Amino acid sequence: MTTTPVEPEALEAAFEATIARHDRIEPRDWMPDAYRRTLVRQMAQHAHSEIIGMQPEGAWIGRAPSLRRKAILLAKVQDEAGHGLYLYSACETLGVSRAELTDLLLTGRQKYSSIFNYPTLSYADVGTIGWLVDGAAICNQVPLCRTSYGPYGRAMIRICKEESFHQRQGYELLMTMMRGTDAQREMVQESVNRFWWPALMMFGPPDTDSPNSARSMAWGIKRNSNDELRQKFVDMTVPQAEALGVTLPDPDLRWNEERGHHDFGEPDWDELAAVIRGEGPCNAQRMAHRRAAHEDGAWVREAASAFAERAGAR
Amino acid sequence: MSADRREWPLYEVFVRGKRGLNHVHVGSLHAADDAMAVRHARDVYTRRNEGVSIWVVRADAITASSPDEKDPMFAPSGDKVYRHPTFYDIPDNVPHM
Repeated sequence: MTTTPVEPEALEAAFEATIARHDRIEPRDWMPDAYRRTLVRQMAQHAHSEIIGMQPEGAWIGRAPSLRRKAILLAKVQDEAGHGLYLYSACETLGVSRAELTDLLLTGRQKYSSIFNYPTLSYADVGTIGWLVDGAAICNQVPLCRTSYGPYGRAMIRICKEESFHQRQGYELLMTMMRGTDAQREMVQESVNRFWWPALMMFGPPDTDSPNSARSMAWGIKRNSNDELRQKFVDMTVPQAEALGVTLPDPDLRWNEERGHHDFGEPDWDELAAVIRGEGPCNAQRMAHRRAAHEDGAWVREAASAFAERAGAR
Repeated sequence: MSADRREWPLYEVFVRGKRGLNHVHVGSLHAADDAMAVRHARDVYTRRNEGVSIWVVRADAITASSPDEKDPMFAPSGDKVYRHPTFYDIPDNVPHM
């Protein structure tokens, strides 16, 4: 087959036309370098978040109060691993290798979501993470099912289906505790108090301070701004908190009839910046745990490779 | 160390959702060999009864057309509208057509 050389302008125009039609970009399509780089960064950080995200809840598997709760938590943590794998494989379609991605996480050159740098101090945190943290993740992720990069959107569709289980098991756990003793109700409220603001920070800095957002939206990678999604999350969560019987720790939180939305207070953006810089309560612990798990697994990877090699030689 | 640095090959995964349907591409994964690829595919892609059968194939064994839909590869079918049933005018009063 003969191939005719194509002008760069024509390639760019074809790419822009695909985006304008709301069609998907697929792995072997031509794409601008900056589009590819932005996607690799966003998808890799998303994948890393799923992998690190196994730790806060994984810590409670052995201490969950019943076999039923252990089985649920085990399934949930296994899902997080699966989500990480969907996203790594989607990311690899852009020409990065899995080894590089693993390396970027282990050497701290790429970040993961700041939320996982907070500790899980009580069992109620398992419920709160499902309800608020996974709830916020769903708000972020549902629009990403329509993202312009095909493999990313397809991975997000699988993930969103499973996140619904995550959120509901968390909320049900909290409802069960709220029907329990005063001490259990206090545990739930205390947990919600600790996770509310970090959950709001999961949507990222305010739009006025999010320099890359506009371009990501023009490319159809992002579909909604950080502040839009944060507002949506607050509006969704307030009635859920009422039904549960907990208060959200924000004195400025109230319904605004005129806007048709809830007003709410400003998260502490200095705290978010500090956690991203590595100064959160658990940053060092999460990274040390991840590195140790990777190193401890080396012999398994080596043995599997040796076995495959020997079987192949026969 | 050397074995660890060499990445396991990439496999593409296809799942048959239920009897009567084709296998459909669902994603990819790394595995040391074919048997491990099937086992990993089960854990990664069928945790909720998403399939009754799995195919895995080394990604480097796949040959693909160029992804551009305007590619000359697909041009021959563009002007053969007579291959479609709607090309033929049949009176409305002719039944079962």
